[in-house]
Amino acid sequence: MAAEGVATGAATAHLTMVQAINQALDQALAQDERVVVFGEDVGVMGGVFRATDGLQAKHGAERVYDTPLAESGIVGYAVGLALAGMRPVAEVQFAGFLYPALDQVLSHVGRYRHRTRGRYTVPLVVRAAYGGGVHTPEQHADSPEALLAHAPGVKVVVPSSPARAKGLLLAAIDDPDPVFFLEAIKLYRSSREAVPAEPYRLELGRARVAREGDALTLVCWGGMVEVCLQAADVAAREGVELEVVDLETLVPLDEETVLASVRKTGRAVVVHEAARTGGFGAEVAARIAEGALFHLLAPVARVAGWDAPYPPFTSVEHHYRPDAARVLAAVREALLT
Amino acid sequence: MEGTVRYVSEDGRPLAELPFGEAELLRGYRAMRRARLFDERAVTLQRQGRLGVYPLFRGQEAAQVGAALALGPSDWLVPTYRDTAAAITHGLPLATALLYWRAHPAGWSFPEGVRVLPFYVPIATQLPHAVGVAHAGRLRGEPWVVLAFVGDGGTSEGDAHEALNFASVFSAPVVFVVQNNGWAISVPTERQMRNTRIADRAPGYGIAGVRVDGNDLVAVWDVVRQAVDRARAGEGPTLVEAVTYRLAPHTTSDDPSRYRDEAEAGERERAEPVARLRALLEARGAWSEEREEALVEELRAEFDAAVAEADAAPEPTPESIVEQVYAEPGPDQRRAWEALRGG
Repeated sequence: MAAEGVATGAATAHLTMVQAINQALDQALAQDERVVVFGEDVGVMGGVFRATDGLQAKHGAERVYDTPLAESGIVGYAVGLALAGMRPVAEVQFAGFLYPALDQVLSHVGRYRHRTRGRYTVPLVVRAAYGGGVHTPEQHADSPEALLAHAPGVKVVVPSSPARAKGLLLAAIDDPDPVFFLEAIKLYRSSREAVPAEPYRLELGRARVAREGDALTLVCWGGMVEVCLQAADVAAREGVELEVVDLETLVPLDEETVLASVRKTGRAVVVHEAARTGGFGAEVAARIAEGALFHLLAPVARVAGWDAPYPPFTSVEHHYRPDAARVLAAVREALLT
Repeated sequence: MEGTVRYVSEDGRPLAELPFGEAELLRGYRAMRRARLFDERAVTLQRQGRLGVYPLFRGQEAAQVGAALALGPSDWLVPTYRDTAAAITHGLPLATALLYWRAHPAGWSFPEGVRVLPFYVPIATQLPHAVGVAHAGRLRGEPWVVLAFVGDGGTSEGDAHEALNFASVFSAPVVFVVQNNGWAISVPTERQMRNTRIADRAPGYGIAGVRVDGNDLVAVWDVVRQAVDRARAGEGPTLVEAVTYRLAPHTTSDDPSRYRDEAEAGERERAEPVARLRALLEARGAWSEEREEALVEELRAEFDAAVAEADAAPEPTPESIVEQVYAEPGPDQRRAWEALRGG
C-alpha cells in the first residue's frame, strides 16, 4: 500500500528510502537541465549511503560530480550556482559535518532573497544524513534541525518514509527557496514502501496525520515517526488510540494541523532525538501553549535526546535516542494527569 | 616592490611602454576621479547624518576601478563592503549605492542588467559564491567571468582557501583580486600572515598568481584584463594581489590613531593613485587644471542628482522587514506582516 497522499501508478516498486531518494534525484536531473548534484563522494562512488548511485554514469560528470572536502565551500559554491540560475542539490555526508557551513547558512543562504529584496534568490537544496540509531562513529549522529530552523529564509524538511521522501525531495528541488533536506540514517534501509515510478511532488509546509487517534497527540518528524508509530501500536493494544502528527516540514511549520490535533485530543508529547534544551520540540510546545492552551488536559511533554552530545558508545547509545518505551512512559504520565 | 607589476612610477613617470592608448587612460582617470568624488562626498553625507556607517576606499581607487574596467557587461563583480568604487564603475547607479549605504531597502536591490552582487559583510564568504557563479556560467554555456574582491585580512578566512581550491579544481573562470591595503581594521598585514606576498600562494593552488602595484591603474587594469582573458579562454582562475594602502579609517566609525602612526598614512599619500595618473596625463599634455575643473563640476552634478534621487525614495514601511524572506510568505511572516502594519 502506498503512502497517503501519494498517487499510485501502475508501476510502483517497493523501495527503501535511499532508493527512493536516488530515484527522485534521477528524475530531477532528467526533468530539469538546471539541476546539478554534487558533494563529497557523490560522483564515482555514488555517495557514502549510495543515494547518488549510478547518477554520474547516467547523467554525466558535468551534472553529478565530486567536490573538494570542504562543507563551507560546498554550500557557498551552491549559493553561487543558485543565484546564477542553476538548481544545485548539494550533499553533505552527515549533518554533524554541516557546522563549517553554518556561516554560509546563517549569513547567506537564508538571507539572500531578503538582502537583495528579491533581486537574487538561492533555490538550492542541501541534503544531509542525520540522526542516530545505527552505531555510527563519533559525530556522525547529530540532529541539527533546530540550528537550521532558527535561520529565517531557509526551509527545513525531514522525510519519514520512502514514498514521502521521494515526493518531498522533488518538491524541495522545485522550490524557489533554499531547502535543507535531512534524511534519517536509521530510515535509509530500515523498511520498504510502495513508491510510484513516475515523478510526483508533495507539498512542503504541510504536516500530515500519520495515524489517527483521540487520546493524545504525538508530534514528531523524520526518524522519530517510526518510533511514535510503534508506540501507538503498543498503546492501541491497551485500548488507547494515539494520534501521530508527522511534521515533515519544520519550516515553514504547519501549526494548524498540530493545533487541530491537540484541540481534539487535549494532550501532546513532542518527540525528537536532538538534545532537549533549545530543540525544535520547544518551538512546537510553545506554539501549542499559544494556540491550544485551554484545550490542554496535561502539560505538553517532550521526549528528546539528553542534554549531552550524542554518545558514540555502542552499548549504551540506545539510551540516548528516544524509543517506543520512552515515548510510552511520557504518554502514560500525560494520560494520568 | 620587487616582482610586482608596475607601469607608472609614484610620481607619474611611465616605466615602460604603456599597454593603453590615451583614450583608455582618460577613461580610467575619469572613472577613478568619479570614485574619489563619491568617497569624499559620501563621508560628508555621513557626517551630516544622511548616510549610515560608510567604509571608505580612499587610496584604493586604482585597485578597484582598474579591476572593474577589465570586465565586460556580461561579467560579474562580487564586491566586499569596501568596493563601492568597483561597483559604480561596473554599472551600479550612484543613487542605488547611496541608498545601500543609507541602509534603505531600495538600495538593496541592484537594477536588472547590472551584474554586481550585493556588498558582502561577513569576510570572505563571497568567494565560494564567486566560484559557483563562474561554474554556473560554464554549465549554462554563458561565457561570463567573475571578478571577486577580498582583503588581506580576508585571506585568513577558511572560505578564502576553500574558494581558491574549488576554483582551481573546477578550473572556474574567476579572477580573485586581493586588495592588500596593509590593514584589517587595526591589525597590520605582518600580524595577519607570515608571508605577506599573498600572490605567492597561487602556485600552491596550481593557479596563476600576479602581484601588482595596486596604486597604478595602468598596471591593475592590464593585469586583470589578462586574467579575465585567460579565464574566458578556459585557462582557469588567477589570484591577483594588488598592493595598496588604506589611507582612511576602516569606516566612518573608526579612529586609526588608536593603532597606527597616522604620519605613515600621510607618507603613503605620496603614492596615491589618482594624483599619479593625473601627473602622467599632464606630462603627456593630455590633462590640465581646466579639464580637471570641468570634470569635477560634471561629476559633482552627477552626484548631486544621485543624492536627489536617493532622497526621493519613499521611506520603507515597517512591514518591509518581513517581506522577501520566502518566495511566498509563510503563516509566520503573514502574522508578522499584519502586526507590523498595525492591522
